[in-house]
Amino acid sequence: MQVTSPVREPLVTGGKTYKDVTDDICRQVEGPPTKSWMLGMAAALGALAIGGYALGMTVWNGIGMWGLNKTVGWAWDITNFVWWVGIGHAGTLISAVLLLFRQKWRTSINRAAEAMTIFAVMCAALFPVVHMGRPWLGFYWALPLPNTFGSLWVNFNSPLLWDVFAISTYFTVSLVFWYIGLIPDFATIRNRAQGKISKVVYGALSFGWDGAAKTWMRYETVSLILAGLATPLVLSVHTIVSFDFATSVIPGWHTTIFPPYFVAGAIFSGFAMVLTLMLVTRHVYRLKDYITITHIELMNIVILVTGSIVGIAYITEFFMAWYSGVDAEQYAFLNRMTGPYWWAYWSMMTCNVISPQLFWFKKIRTSLVATFILSIVVNIGMWFERFVIIVTSLHRDYLPSSWAMFSPTLYDMGVYLFTFGLFFTLFLLFAKFFPVINMAEVKSVLKSSTTKKPSIK
Amino acid sequence: MESGKNFILGIFDDEDVLLSAVKRVRANGVSIHEVYTPYPIHGLEDALGYKKSRLPVAAFMFGLLGTSLALLMQYFMLGIDWPMIIGGKDHTPLPTFIPVTFELTVLLSALGMVGVFLVKSDLKPYGKAKIFDLRSTDDKHVMAIDLAKNKFSTEQIQDIIRESGASEVNPKNFDN
Repeated sequence: MQVTSPVREPLVTGGKTYKDVTDDICRQVEGPPTKSWMLGMAAALGALAIGGYALGMTVWNGIGMWGLNKTVGWAWDITNFVWWVGIGHAGTLISAVLLLFRQKWRTSINRAAEAMTIFAVMCAALFPVVHMGRPWLGFYWALPLPNTFGSLWVNFNSPLLWDVFAISTYFTVSLVFWYIGLIPDFATIRNRAQGKISKVVYGALSFGWDGAAKTWMRYETVSLILAGLATPLVLSVHTIVSFDFATSVIPGWHTTIFPPYFVAGAIFSGFAMVLTLMLVTRHVYRLKDYITITHIELMNIVILVTGSIVGIAYITEFFMAWYSGVDAEQYAFLNRMTGPYWWAYWSMMTCNVISPQLFWFKKIRTSLVATFILSIVVNIGMWFERFVIIVTSLHRDYLPSSWAMFSPTLYDMGVYLFTFGLFFTLFLLFAKFFPVINMAEVKSVLKSSTTKKPSIK
Repeated sequence: MESGKNFILGIFDDEDVLLSAVKRVRANGVSIHEVYTPYPIHGLEDALGYKKSRLPVAAFMFGLLGTSLALLMQYFMLGIDWPMIIGGKDHTPLPTFIPVTFELTVLLSALGMVGVFLVKSDLKPYGKAKIFDLRSTDDKHVMAIDLAKNKFSTEQIQDIIRESGASEVNPKNFDN
């Protein structure tokens, strides 16, 4: 069925037919969970339980459980928030921006990347909510709801409020985009389902999809417009996250370079996380014909480009600090590089600026092991980036008498662990019960790289 | 004969064969009920003579609604209902209203358009698909022709479909 073009490398290898695509992807959904899945789930639930205790204690006793102090009022919580939101950027970027640019290789990875986006945004949202201290009152602080203070409305001039709107819009639109794409595949599973429960469940999930040409036409229109809407949206989200810092007057935060620099960093870390997850999924589910070395190489190139943008941004910040002639600004950056948190700064520089440069070598960017290791290194680096920006800019403020250091408590770590547990639990559930690869879209590119005209019998 | 009950199905293996078949069948004066495919096929909607979807208009209108509601809300809350001086600025500085306005525009546009799409295509959790052939979500393209809506005999239609390249021609009856 598949005709291989001599000019362009096919996106799906192994000479798959349409039927093979259905079988290969549905097999994971229909079969019993594998041993490795069970082990992964046990680990994720363990993290969820231990982290759940830390989270419960934090909500019960208040955020005094964390290591924050008078000087460093934001630390791991916001670091983790920005880190998770950043990871959540790759999914929509892959499905929206690459759709607009007609990059067909996205079809093999968009489903899992979008799932990752949604779960990462959920993990991210947890931190500001918990940081409110009394999250059950948080609705009144974060949303424009009538209240008994007058109504005293929320402050629409505040970037923190913009964040509420940006993150919740991003979450909703990503979820809708993801679900619309899932409907045809759920219909495929429904039409194959044997068990009574799966018939009912996938029947409901598939919304009565029948694959009519008219519905496909509308589906394509909806996808295209959602992509058009999601593209500026994905850029706006991390821009607004960066405004949380950039609109303040803290030296080290108060820089105009933040929006593009944060967006590039978000794509950088998001692609790294997609690679980490996809390399494992590809191996466990034996999807090497769908997620080929070409896919991995292309993603590594995105990492290389965005990693270099991030590197330039770091250097530009230093240049601007010197060029501005502002003492406080200069001190903030000097302290960042050589102060008590020098180790965090240099971890960030090594992981984010130096390590992705290895992808200039074709051997490294087409190596699975190297890609897997570097994808984790990049995410460690991106966590340090946020930690460096947040903590080193705060810990030595204008009064030397109030200078302080931050050290996380077990509860800081526990809540972070909780989000890992949540993320992996959700991702494993997704990988077991949902089709991990967009079958319909992969089928639509199976023939596309052919140059031969198929003969009509 | 009652419509929506007795169909002739042409099963196709290949999208290019299907495309030319759709054109050929329609050129023969046979009206096609619908074509069911496992994945979107570009050009099929033109071959079937469908009009362009007006969903972009819906998206634009809902987006416009989002923009207006967001601006109205912010001007009402901070300008009329409870004016406050924040940072010595205007009560209602337009530039700082833009992020929320943008987000609500995108949100309403996306949700509104998807809502219209689901309603128009009759997609709902308790919806039941009318399945002509189970393979139409797997690897086959299914062309359904309603006998009641065509003046040709069953045999004539079968011949036309078979000649246009179908790998199978099957009857399908819904008795309900």
